[in-house]
Order: sequence, then C-alpha cells, then structure tokens
Amino acid sequence: MLHVESATLDESFARFDDRRENLIPILQDIQATYSYLPEDVLRRVSRKLKIPLPQVYQVATFYRCFSLKPRGKHVVQVCLGTACHVRGGTRILERVETETGLSDVGTSPDLEFVVETVRCLGCCGLAPVMRVDRDVYASLEQAKVKRVLDRYRPGRRAARKEAGRD
Amino acid sequence: MTDHHTHLPGHITDLEALERCAIHGRSTLYPDRIKILVGTATCGRAAGAQEVLDAVHEEVEGKHLPYAVAETGCIGWCSQEPLLDVWVPGQPRVTYGRVKPKQVRDILADLPEPRTELALAVMTGDDNALTGRRTSYCNGGDRPEATLNGLPTYADLPLFKRQLRVVMRNCGIVDPASLEEYAARGGYRALWRALFSLTPREVLQEVLLSGLRGRGGAGFPTGRKWQAVADARGGPKYIVCNADEGDPGAYMDRGVLEGDPHSVIEGMIIGGYTMGAHEGVIYVRDEYPLAVARLSEAILQAQRSDLLGKDILGSGFSFNVSITRGAGAFVCGEETALLASIEGRVGEPRPRPPYPAERGLWGKPTCINNVETWATVPVVVQRGGGWLAGIGTGGSKGTKVFSLVGNVTNTALIEVPMGTTLAEVVNDIGGGVPAGRVCKAVQTGGPSGGCIPAEQLSLPVDYESLTKAGSIMGSGGMIVMDDRTCMVDIARYFLGFLEDESCGKCFSCRVGTQRMREIVNRISMGKGREEDLQLLEDLAWLVGETSLCGLGQSAPNPVLTTLRYFRDEYLAHIRDHRCPAKVCKELITYTIDPVICNGCGACISQCAGSAILGEKKKLHTIEQAKCTKCGACLEACKFDAVLVN
Repeated sequence: MLHVESATLDESFARFDDRRENLIPILQDIQATYSYLPEDVLRRVSRKLKIPLPQVYQVATFYRCFSLKPRGKHVVQVCLGTACHVRGGTRILERVETETGLSDVGTSPDLEFVVETVRCLGCCGLAPVMRVDRDVYASLEQAKVKRVLDRYRPGRRAARKEAGRD
Repeated sequence: MTDHHTHLPGHITDLEALERCAIHGRSTLYPDRIKILVGTATCGRAAGAQEVLDAVHEEVEGKHLPYAVAETGCIGWCSQEPLLDVWVPGQPRVTYGRVKPKQVRDILADLPEPRTELALAVMTGDDNALTGRRTSYCNGGDRPEATLNGLPTYADLPLFKRQLRVVMRNCGIVDPASLEEYAARGGYRALWRALFSLTPREVLQEVLLSGLRGRGGAGFPTGRKWQAVADARGGPKYIVCNADEGDPGAYMDRGVLEGDPHSVIEGMIIGGYTMGAHEGVIYVRDEYPLAVARLSEAILQAQRSDLLGKDILGSGFSFNVSITRGAGAFVCGEETALLASIEGRVGEPRPRPPYPAERGLWGKPTCINNVETWATVPVVVQRGGGWLAGIGTGGSKGTKVFSLVGNVTNTALIEVPMGTTLAEVVNDIGGGVPAGRVCKAVQTGGPSGGCIPAEQLSLPVDYESLTKAGSIMGSGGMIVMDDRTCMVDIARYFLGFLEDESCGKCFSCRVGTQRMREIVNRISMGKGREEDLQLLEDLAWLVGETSLCGLGQSAPNPVLTTLRYFRDEYLAHIRDHRCPAKVCKELITYTIDPVICNGCGACISQCAGSAILGEKKKLHTIEQAKCTKCGACLEACKFDAVLVN
C-alpha cells in the first residue's frame, strides 16, 4: 500500500512546487485520490514542504473538505442551506441516514456511502437538493431519496446510466 | 463544448484583432441558421440540463439537422430549469421550461416553425448594459405582432420586466466558454479603453464617481478601497477576487462565474492597471466545481489570446490571474481569513487595521473585491462612472443581484436597481408566496443578516434601509418565508450554522454562539424560560461587541431580528409549549384524520420508522412511540388526511 501511495504522492508533488501556498492544493489532491489523508502522507507532506507537522495537521483539521479517516465510496452531501432548510432539507437528511443505515452523518456500515451535510450548494432555486459524487439532485422529496441512492449501490451503476433522470 | 470552440481567437494584440474576434463571436452568438441553446449552469444540470443537451445533440446529429447547438449560463429563471431556447434567425428566441429529454424531439420537430404550445415565453431581443445597445432578434424591430402565438415576451413577464442587468448582462445569452461571444457583446473594450485612453488615475476617478460599493456584503466604497491600494507604498501589489460565496441561500457569484467568467477577469485586469498590480488571485469555494472549470477555461483562453500575461494588447502592461480553490470553510469569506487561506494557512481572521490595502497577501498591498463588484467594473469604465451613479438611491448606486428563493412562486436569480422595494421583489418579480400561504418574513444577508417581517416589505433594498431594519444587504441571498416557517427554528438554524463555522479564535464567538444555540434549542423544545429571552439579548450583544471579524460581530442579527419582530412566537414556545408554525418536532404530533383517511396505504409505504398501522382500505393510525416526526406521511398523503398539531 505504501508503494502505491508513494507513486501517487510523487505525482501530486510533481504538479506543485514546494511553496507554502501549495499545502492546501496538495492535500486536496491527495484527498481526491484516497478520499482521506493518511497519517503517513501528512508526515511526508510536512517533510517535503518543510512545514512543521502540527501546522499541516492544523490545516488538515480546520477545513471541512479534508478527512483523516477513510470515507465511504460515494459522497452524499445533503444541502442544509437556508432555502433547503425552509423547504425540508433536514427531512431529506434524516431519510438519507435511514436509507444508508446511519443514525447521524458519517460513513455507512457497508462503506458504500459517506453522508455529509453542506451549507449551500448554490442551487437554492430548486431546493431541497443533495449531491451524490458529482451529480446534483434537485426538488427532492423523501420518497425520491431511496431511488437516487439505489443508483449508486453496487450492481446498480449500469442501471443508473440506463435510467437517466426522471 | 460546441464545435466553434476548436477555433481559437488567436493573439489579440490590437483593436482590429479584438474586432475580428468579436465578429467571429457574433457569427456564433447570432448565427444565420437555427440555434438551440441549453442552460447548463449547476442548477440547470441539477434539474437535468445535461440529459436535455445530450438529447438535443442526438436529435441534431442523428438527423443531420443544420442547427447550431450551444450551452449558456443561467438566465435566472430557476423555477423553470432546465431551460431550452430555440432561435430561428429573424424571429424571437423561444424559451421552453422544465424540459424533459423526451420532449426535445417534439420541440425541434417542426422547425423553423417553433412549437409555441410547449413554450413559456419569447425574447424579442437582448439589451446590453455595457454598450447601451439592444440587439433585436425580429426582422423589422421589436413589433408586438412579432411575438409568436400570443406568448408573453420577456419584457411582459413580471419576473423580467423590472430587472436591469448590469452584472448579469451576458448570463443566459453567451456561451461562457467562448471568449469571442464575450467580445461580441463588447467585452474587453473597457480594458482597451482603460489601457489606451485613460490613465490609472482617470480610471480611479470613474470608479469613485460611480459610487460603486462592495457587493460582498459590507458595502465599502470600491473607489476608496482602490485609492488606498493605489496610494499604498511597497509592492508587489495584489488583486484578489472573493468568490468564496458561503452565505447559504445565495448563488449570485456562482451564476456570474458559470455564466460570464470573462467579465470578472476583465474587471480584475482593469483593477490591476489602476492600482499597479500585476498578479490576481480568484478564491473560489470548493463547493463550486463547475465555476472553477469555467473560470479555468476562460483564464486559459485569455492567456492564449494575450489578454492576460505580458504586454496586454501591446500596452506594455502585464497582468496574470490564478485560481485558488477553497477548502470548505465559511469564515474564509472574511477577507483576512481568505488571504491566510491563499497563503496555505488556516483561515483565521486577524485584527484590522492594518487593512489588506496596506498589508494583505504576503504582507503586500492587496485589493479584495467580490465577484459582482469586479463584473461591474468594465461597465463603469465603458459607460463612465456617472452612468452607474444615475441608477439607484442616494447612498447605494447601481444594481444588485439577488437570489430569490425559499417559499416564493418564482425562485430566481434577479438583478434590480438599488432602491427597489422588497415588496416589488417578492410579490411582483417573485410572484409572492405559493397560493394559500401567507408571507411571514424575508431573510437577507445570510447568517450575518436578519429576518425582515412581512409588514416591512415596503422597505427599499439598499444598504442603509436594510441595516436600519436590523438586517444587512449581505451578498444577496433573499429567502422568503411563509407561515410554515418557525422563526425560533430559523434562529436555531443560523446559530447552529455559526457555531459550526466559527473558526474558534475568539472565545466570545466560539462559546457564545454555542450557548445561544443551546438556549434557542431549549426554547424550541418547549423547555425555555421567559428570562431566556433577556439572556439571549445579553449574549447576542456580548458576542457582537467582542468578536474580531464580521462572522462574530454580525452573529447576533438572526437572533435579534427574530426576537424583535417575532417575540410572540418565542413566547408561544415558552408559555404554551406550542409551535405556531408546527415545525419544532418536540411540540408537534402527527395523527391521521379517521374521517378523511381511505386506507390507501401511501403513508405506510413511506414511513421509514414503520410507525403507521393499518390495512389496505382500512383506517390507518400512527403509533406515537415509533413516530420520528419526519413528515414523510404528510408528503405522501394525497387526501390531506395527515394532521399536524
């Protein structure tokens, strides 16, 4: 596993030089590859950029887009912006949690989904909305949640393409 | 994207080359063949625009139809997304709303005769605030009879007729991936004018004269900020665009970045020239991947055409722009936190002064303005500061973009002159709250703003009036709330938001927002005490007075405005243990009306907690112990048999 990480990490390092302002972009790159920031990687970033490890850790824990723990395969972001809140976003969140076997936000027991809340995806005109990976789903109702999530469950990916949007 | 993007504008080193680029842009903007336009901004895509676009391509390519197919940004008619437009040369542009992929074939079937029975409206031409000119689409001008089959024109529609589009001048018109189309709309002319006809001081004079104020929320006069940076000693100086649009319920900046990215870039180059800066950074929030993609594309095009880089347009002036992606921290919208984030540090605000104009990015003089502000700059330069100053009110000049959302009929992204009243925005443009509901409040300014009660809708929208009402202009989110919204719940919502997003540097903000949230939480559960209201007011005052940055200083607003205007609602929760809007879960129960229920089973299948008992065609009942009060049964019941009390 370490070898794979080294190769990908070197790619990230190659894309950016060692200036301090590249710390966040490099961490974003790694996060995008692994879905989290492994401890060993943080140590190597610290050495490479010559930024003390506590400061790297500080950045990695300050920003919402970073995670220090492995996350589920599909990222489900339920929007809780004001417009979504007014139009029942919390109920959508509860339904997503129920459907993925969670009682709160986090990674589902089957590691298929990580459920998060996000404060506004900027699609307020179509509230309530949620994003699964790169797809945004608009004008949600509780009854639609299961259908949306099913598209991302194992074995359903082909069906998802076929079904398109309703 | 579409076929014409394989063509590159080439090097634009003089006015003739810019004009050649514009001519090419006009040939795709207003082609001599039928054009199909699909709005593919994020909100359009969320509603299925990509599938609609795919269906258009399939139909056009499959049948070898000689039509141009193009993407465009958001015209702002959010409630009708996805939008598809058909433009037949010499005729008005016909808009179709809520288009489904399977309708595409029908819409295109009889062209050049448009299928008007499926359409929403027609656009007889487009206005361009930058040039002051109108391009008519109809042969023989904008004759009323030119409209098709009695369809309303955009100029007739209440949603559009009161709008004045300065910032959004190109949104929904141009292909955001086409520098040529931007040029065809007069783009980069203002840059030309600035570089060759005006000295930096003269540009500054125009900005000062325009009365333009920062559109990010606080409303600091842009000209004065520019002057401070221009006068600041030391260098290099930096230009920063704040596109960390974090206010929930606000997406104006996303609309501009996805719909017209070049307008922001042009504004920044002009700013660089005026203040003597050669480097610009656009800080875009991480939640906007499409905005990042379209901006990156636009920057690349501008660089390839020599509109960014060394010796721009042969003027000797050099300027370049890069993008920094945010990492998901609301506080980074605060300027000093934003600068820290660009430098690769945690986004914690620092005390001001020194202001960024003196010590900003890397400790150097820095000018930070919001997306909308930068997009307005080319218009100020092209038409003169006096033109913009002629729009708006005494202290608030020009136009403002608002995202009109929440419980309103026409959810939309709109741009109106400053001073337009809230009532005009909500009732005329927005079509009011949905039928049968009562408007309760309008929330402006995001978590830093407040809730303005329906009785005060006659307020003009400008910096001063909104501040006087206890709210702020903010970045432009306008969330309409009807009688189904509980104001205690709204206060709890914003406090929860602020508690999450407080960076934690100031004790009063970190702990104060938490305590206030706990108190409001208690009230929403029916466990509040009357003296809690005084305690809330005291805490709110304390947090506001003792916090370093805008987040903490304005954190009390949602609490104070709801307390000021909706005290009765707080008291109903405290004294009567009742939530008048029937929102707060601890104070409501769901039951099924035995007279209305026909036993259809719809609620049973939707109840995630298996709390509903009953058989088909027999009365259903809710087992209260299992009920999570999620409201799924209420949504599922077509007969209004589910009661909330």
